[in-house]
Amino acid sequence: MALQLFGRTKKLERQVDEFLDIVADSGLTFEQAISAYLSEGHESQRFTAKIDQIVQLETRADHIGNAVELEMYSETLIPDARGDVLKLLESLDAIVNAFKGILFYFLTETPAIPEDLKGSYKDLSELTTRSVSDLVIAVRVFFRDPKGIKDHLHKVRYHEKEADQVVTELRQAIFKRDIHLAEKIHLRFFAERIVWVSDMAEDVADNLAIYAVKRNI
Amino acid sequence: MDPTILVFLLGGLFLGWSLGANDAANVFGTAVGTGMVRFAIAAVVCSLFVILGAVVSGAGAAHTLGKLGAINTVAGAGMAAFSAALTVYWMTRLRLPVSTSQAIVGAIIGWNFFTGSPTDLNSLIKIVATWVACPLLAAFFGAAIYKGTVYVVNWARLHLFRLDAYTRVALILAGAFGSYSLGANNIANVMGVFVASNPFTSFAAEGFFSFSATQQLFLLGGVAIAVGVFTYSKRVMMTVGSDLMPLSPVGAWVVVVAHSIVLFLFASQGLEHWLASSGLPTIPLVPVSSSQAVVGALVGIGLLRGGRGIRWRVLGNIASGWMTTPVIACLVCFVALFFLQNVFNQQVYRDSPYALSEPVMAHLAQDENLPAGVIALQGQSFPRLAELREALAEIEELELELHNEIIEIAKVDNVTIAVERLHELRDTTLSGEMISAVHGLAGQRFTHRWQLDNALAEANPVWRNLPDSTVNKLYNKKLAEQRGEVFQIFAEP
Repeated sequence: MALQLFGRTKKLERQVDEFLDIVADSGLTFEQAISAYLSEGHESQRFTAKIDQIVQLETRADHIGNAVELEMYSETLIPDARGDVLKLLESLDAIVNAFKGILFYFLTETPAIPEDLKGSYKDLSELTTRSVSDLVIAVRVFFRDPKGIKDHLHKVRYHEKEADQVVTELRQAIFKRDIHLAEKIHLRFFAERIVWVSDMAEDVADNLAIYAVKRNI
Repeated sequence: MDPTILVFLLGGLFLGWSLGANDAANVFGTAVGTGMVRFAIAAVVCSLFVILGAVVSGAGAAHTLGKLGAINTVAGAGMAAFSAALTVYWMTRLRLPVSTSQAIVGAIIGWNFFTGSPTDLNSLIKIVATWVACPLLAAFFGAAIYKGTVYVVNWARLHLFRLDAYTRVALILAGAFGSYSLGANNIANVMGVFVASNPFTSFAAEGFFSFSATQQLFLLGGVAIAVGVFTYSKRVMMTVGSDLMPLSPVGAWVVVVAHSIVLFLFASQGLEHWLASSGLPTIPLVPVSSSQAVVGALVGIGLLRGGRGIRWRVLGNIASGWMTTPVIACLVCFVALFFLQNVFNQQVYRDSPYALSEPVMAHLAQDENLPAGVIALQGQSFPRLAELREALAEIEELELELHNEIIEIAKVDNVTIAVERLHELRDTTLSGEMISAVHGLAGQRFTHRWQLDNALAEANPVWRNLPDSTVNKLYNKKLAEQRGEVFQIFAEP
């Protein structure tokens, strides 16, 4: 019985690790996809390959998330932290979904990003990805050493603030331009969509800080 | 066996059942309530180890209760157990803090009052002191183990899921230890009162095992507790988690371990022997309240966390329970014995004649100078204890210790080592050498039990006590039990 219990535990640890790998990979894929879009356009092979990749990652994340959820409930594992862990996994899954959704917006709406603003969009996607990567590290640490997550949460918040600053500057630059209002709104929509993911990462980080306090023995 | 004995044993079995239903929740409540351990596993482990603890280590705490008052008829013992159970049930219904340990002590004192038997003040003081010490010790262990566990868990940095798996296994192991300790410590509450009027007889398979009468009695009590665990403890377990301070599974483990250690400390003869042989102070073996040990451990953890969330009123209630429970149980038992004796014509106390004969006086004079008042009583006989007590009460400057010794030595217990009954010795826990010594006394008659003990000791050194010390306590106790077996066979009705 004990062997079965430890076997199941190992499998779950592996699944959670794999899930977090997927979240981190989806951030990097997103960043590379934005870079490919900005430099080569929406029809480039690199951009469409990244779209395919993020679709696969999102499907896999859903699959693992559901499996972990089912196992935790059916075996009544970690009764005191089960709700928190489930919320955590669900909000990370939502980040992966958000990455995929934004890339599909780029694919279907093909915003015409002016050359001089491409650098800001790139910075925005990099900062967002970094906030998500730091969040993933914080979550990994949370599972083993809840007290050790502080530094990582600080980095998530730092990158989110940086992204907020970039998006504010980007909005100003967009609305100063002499283009049609519809185009301005379209460009702003994409900037805000990207920064929204870093906001999501910050929200998860805030919740994670509470979960860590609750995990106090 | 007389079937009416079974009726009176029911009082103890009822108490055992309620102990199993309620106190098992202290051991496995949080684990089952939070879903960390399935009820079926908890019930099996708990029942098994409660029985094991009761049979293997139950004698220690029972001995102290026996010293408080030796209830010598099954009817009296059954009513004392029933009164204690009734007090526990009634106080639980009124949501008053209650413990079986405190109830049974009150009931025994009630029996002592009713029958005019002396209450051993030393034992009573020892028992009451341990009630106070129990939650305090549990608080100390709770805080110390909590601190150590937090340090180890933080240092090991186990994955949340792995920590969960380890905690599950640890909860089952701690639960097994807790159940063993509960059985060892609290069986005295359930069956301790029946020890002096034990209806069972010892038997042994020479060289393989021996099963004393007390162990058989405790097995029965253990089974009653196990039945309580299986039939009623689930609903108590499901609510215990929410009643106490909110705890993580690891915190719950700390509480169970601290509670189990305290119960074990107050029950283990082996530990007492080891402490004594290592020159360390020993811990009295007394039945204590497992609920109070749990509350103590929780308070210990709470204080370590800064004292927030501790309900101090609960502590006040515990302290008041030390007074109210024994007093209520004592009154209930007194009234119940009155009805049992006068309405149902049951013998609640077996009175013996007492004789201050020449050998008795010589025996008493061995160790100390007897007061003139005692010497003046030489040659007198008393058909009942009450009369001897009246006579002794008139003697000035009679110390309590000598008073109790006179009552013990002067008691008339006629014993004849009848040849036709010698074969019954084969079914006892006695060694071959011991049996030969008894054979050597064939045909002899003794008026007092201590005379038989002396004759046995003279017949063969195997019957001699080791010098009186805590290290030798266990050996001497076993010897006393074996002398009791000889007495049971040859005592005249």
